[in-house]
Amino acid sequence: MSDALLDVRDLVVRYGDTTAVDHVSFTLAPGETLALNGPSGCGKSSTAQAVLQLRRPDAGEVVFEGRELTTLTERELRPVRPRMQPVFQDPYGSLSPRHRIGDAVAEPLRIQGRRPTPDQVAELLDRVGLDPSYGDRRPHELSGGQCQRAGIARALASEPRLLVLDEPVSSLDPSVRAGVLNLLADLQDDLGLGYLFICHDRAVVRHFADRVVEMREGRVISG
Amino acid sequence: MPSDVPLSPDAPFPPDALLSVRDLRIAFDGVEVVRGLSFDVRPREALAIVGESGAGKSLTARALLGMLPRGATRNGTIEPDLAAHRGRRISLVPQDALSALSPVHPVGDQLAAAVRSVARVSRKEARARAVAALDRVGIPDAARKARAYPHEYSGGMRQRAVIAMATVNEPDIVVADEPTTALDEERRDQVLRVLAEQREAVGAALVLVTHDMDVVRDHADRVLVMYAGRLTELGPAEEVLARPRAPYTAGLLASLPQHAPPGRRLPALRGTPPAPGSLPPGCAFTPRCPLAADACHTVEPEPQEVEKRLVACHRWPELPHPATELFHE
Repeated sequence: MSDALLDVRDLVVRYGDTTAVDHVSFTLAPGETLALNGPSGCGKSSTAQAVLQLRRPDAGEVVFEGRELTTLTERELRPVRPRMQPVFQDPYGSLSPRHRIGDAVAEPLRIQGRRPTPDQVAELLDRVGLDPSYGDRRPHELSGGQCQRAGIARALASEPRLLVLDEPVSSLDPSVRAGVLNLLADLQDDLGLGYLFICHDRAVVRHFADRVVEMREGRVISG
Repeated sequence: MPSDVPLSPDAPFPPDALLSVRDLRIAFDGVEVVRGLSFDVRPREALAIVGESGAGKSLTARALLGMLPRGATRNGTIEPDLAAHRGRRISLVPQDALSALSPVHPVGDQLAAAVRSVARVSRKEARARAVAALDRVGIPDAARKARAYPHEYSGGMRQRAVIAMATVNEPDIVVADEPTTALDEERRDQVLRVLAEQREAVGAALVLVTHDMDVVRDHADRVLVMYAGRLTELGPAEEVLARPRAPYTAGLLASLPQHAPPGRRLPALRGTPPAPGSLPPGCAFTPRCPLAADACHTVEPEPQEVEKRLVACHRWPELPHPATELFHE
């Protein structure tokens, strides 16, 4: 599929003798949410890490915006990484406790050698429904839902096309979870982002995803 | 409470309670986080406590165990004082099975030590009870597995071992604090099934702190809904979930994707729970409540008996059905 944002073909990830991801293939269109669903240990998070090239796959291809990533060097990946950003499960664990929220949100831009202005940071926080004053606070001063919003703001900073969301709402109360899912839906509508959405909660997946890939023991069993 | 309602076994406060909590108050530095909570635990029942983070549900569970964090002051009564017999009459299933077991002692030794901490029995007898408890939770070849260390157990086996630990002394009440939050659905149901079997076997009641409404529906007899340290609604789980009588309960249920109307946006409770110490006057839920009226801003509602439940809301008779529609956009 040439118009796919992400085209994963025969992906294989091994840990020693264990095959965590066993010839997994799927595509994801711009503006689409594709869920990877399955029990703990089914390989969904390993798939996500391999897509992001945080762990290099043992075989298969990851074609993102028409470029095959698995053969690229770290240096060659550098301009690609800002366009595919992760959002993790643990909102506190994914933000450094010592850094202010504003610094954490601006960090992806600094890594690219850009100098984010306070206005840019304020706009990112506003975009995720956080008052810009939160930029001066540290993660422990925020609730779980607010922390997750800050994590999303940070992921948006580098203007990505794809968010890889690894259990982004699994540690949140249902009421807070609804707010974060609504935010993600609004961002997708506004920005046309593709979402690779990893989640073990079937009710959330059914509500939120356009398509679902079911995984068991490293393999795709439907989708 | 109206006096014309007879005290039937279905009534909110039946005479045969296993444990009665009355006007429980828990404060830190003079700021009350649990603010006058009363409920009973009945023999052999599964009572779920739900509510958003900060509602006081974990603190309430910890108060039952006598395990409040340092700096907490407690007022009100919990009778009988099972916490004085923690490990024997009341026990805890914690959230994290791995950290609940010592890594440096075989699992069977840890269970035997738990037995000997409350019962004057020989080492041999304690050992036999430990192996029997492991066998009961479905650990294959329990006698051999009792000699193994926690790291030699799979994740699922460790969870079973923790349940064996909590039930080995045949307590009256098992308290489980978010025991399945980190688990996927299959493992969650498996853990709760094993827990239910063990409770059945030893005749224990369960107090289950959770934010998972699926767990409430499938595993609880009654549910206590808490908001800002108070009781909002208490009643039979199935009926409360099917027809909530308090707007807050309805809001919690409305935000579940399985109850959402078609379309991508979920109905969400607007705003966040108030911080302890800066509560609004009147009912603490008023700023987020779509039904709030004048009285709600001035008088904090007391729990009153509504059918077979307790409901703390001035406006409950005005609640539409289905009440979750109140929160749809």
